[in-house]
Amino acid sequence: MSRILTEAMAAYGFVERQFMLLKRYWMWELVWLLYGMSMTLSIGFLGVGMQSLTGARLDTNHLILYLLTGSLLWGYLSGLFWDISHIVSWERWEGTIEYTFMAPISRISHIFGMSLFAIVYGIVRTLLMLGLVVLFFHLDLGKANLGGALVVLGIASFSFLGFGTMVAVLPLMSPEKGSQIAGIVEGILLMVSGVYYETSVLPRWMQIISAFSPATYTLRGMRRALVEGAGLGHLLDCLLPLVAMGIILIPLGLKVFQWGEMYCKRTGKLKRSG
Amino acid sequence: MNRLRDLANYARVMGMSEHALEIVNVSKTFVKRDEDSREALGLRRLSSALRRRRTRTAVVDNVSMYVPRGAIYGVLGPNGSGKSTLVRMISTLLLPDAGHITVFGYDVVREPLAVQRMINRVSVDAAFFKKLSAMENLIYTGRLYGLRPAASEERARYILGRLGFDKSRINSPMEELSRGMQQKVAIARGFLSSPVLLLLDEPTTGLDPKSKRDVQEFIKQLREEHNATILLTTHDMAEAEGLCDRIAILDKGRVIAFDTGDGLKAMCRKDDVTPTLEEVFIELTGRRLDSEEGE
Repeated sequence: MSRILTEAMAAYGFVERQFMLLKRYWMWELVWLLYGMSMTLSIGFLGVGMQSLTGARLDTNHLILYLLTGSLLWGYLSGLFWDISHIVSWERWEGTIEYTFMAPISRISHIFGMSLFAIVYGIVRTLLMLGLVVLFFHLDLGKANLGGALVVLGIASFSFLGFGTMVAVLPLMSPEKGSQIAGIVEGILLMVSGVYYETSVLPRWMQIISAFSPATYTLRGMRRALVEGAGLGHLLDCLLPLVAMGIILIPLGLKVFQWGEMYCKRTGKLKRSG
Repeated sequence: MNRLRDLANYARVMGMSEHALEIVNVSKTFVKRDEDSREALGLRRLSSALRRRRTRTAVVDNVSMYVPRGAIYGVLGPNGSGKSTLVRMISTLLLPDAGHITVFGYDVVREPLAVQRMINRVSVDAAFFKKLSAMENLIYTGRLYGLRPAASEERARYILGRLGFDKSRINSPMEELSRGMQQKVAIARGFLSSPVLLLLDEPTTGLDPKSKRDVQEFIKQLREEHNATILLTTHDMAEAEGLCDRIAILDKGRVIAFDTGDGLKAMCRKDDVTPTLEEVFIELTGRRLDSEEGE
């Protein structure tokens, strides 16, 4: 029991540390929030202008919600992916990696603590932005199934946690190239998962890749819940792949990370700062 | 069942194990891409096979050392002699290629968590979250070692006070503290978890003479009051002589001499003249302590 408590306390220590850092870097947080808002509003204006651009009669509310769901969700998922996949890079930048890795805690608590912060922070930030854009564009969310959307978001977070943990091994093993490769993986996910379009418009080979991306099912499920107001029964074909991916990716991610950690301990790469 | 295991562990730590630290025939080799020779030869466009040429360097070579509980053992050596690599292997941050290391009977490779609970380390580079204050960094460290914030804060204030840290700066961001102050916080971090084995890797580098003395006094106190075992690497001969029960001299990854300070001096005595420890070091290694060689 005391072991579980110690691990829980350590995991909370990471959450607390990240919030303390958030407080210290509040100016940057404000910058990123404003930047994110500008990006999201720009996407919203794209929806507003589409009717005059094409001359066709469109359901503008539907179109804006469709695009904004993609933009906001991508903001959340990419933030989550970045925070988890850069668990190691962050410590390298600060030079604290060796102290964290020699602390008497399991890697699961370490990753869980960092992920928990990323999820809580991401959800608060996304909800704040959603509220602001709804007010800005006078969007009608009367039909939306907000509870269903939160279920999709919660389950998707776990799939992304596993995926991010697997990618986190790259900066661990290669301080020079790991972060760049993680960025490429993120870019590919953005392209194939249908952030601003249906994946059916992609070439066949890209559609095959998109079937393996948790973001594809998250975006699809969120749109159905928020734009169409679909109930949980109609979200099952999105939720089940996400649950399956979480079940596979979380243990696989931890295994890959542990393997990477042992590799670094064998070759002396933990020492290097970047 | 858990209670039985706890009792067994307690017995192991409290003296059933003969040595606090056992380092037995430990070796570590690093493989490095041979960039320097390529550049020296102007061979930037070699074939990929040649480009992958790598050199193997034995950083720690068949080192053995047995440190009894409550002892302070020193490791002296020029830069690049393998001191920090040895400390990293004991800290579970590096895996030995050969041999084994145990801390109170726990193997650093097979039982890293058990080892990590008993050790802590202070290294020459005071690495912290620079935007966070000294206290925030220490509270975070305390959480990782199972300490509640109130307990961490109380202990941190006590240790920092003993080290002569200016208490009015305790909530200042680390990046605003001087190098010496940062090093004192690093030392406080190492002592915070009350480790039974403390690894001090050049802990007083960068400190002024008064601060250096404060740290050395605190190390002695830690041994006297808590029976902590300490492994100290240093470039400061007076520090090694003043603190260490025994001193190992490491050169090119090998232990070339191991004795008390007086024993080492006696080993190199010539014509009834007793050399200083620094002279012993130069005599044995053929190098000065500050010779330029990266580790």
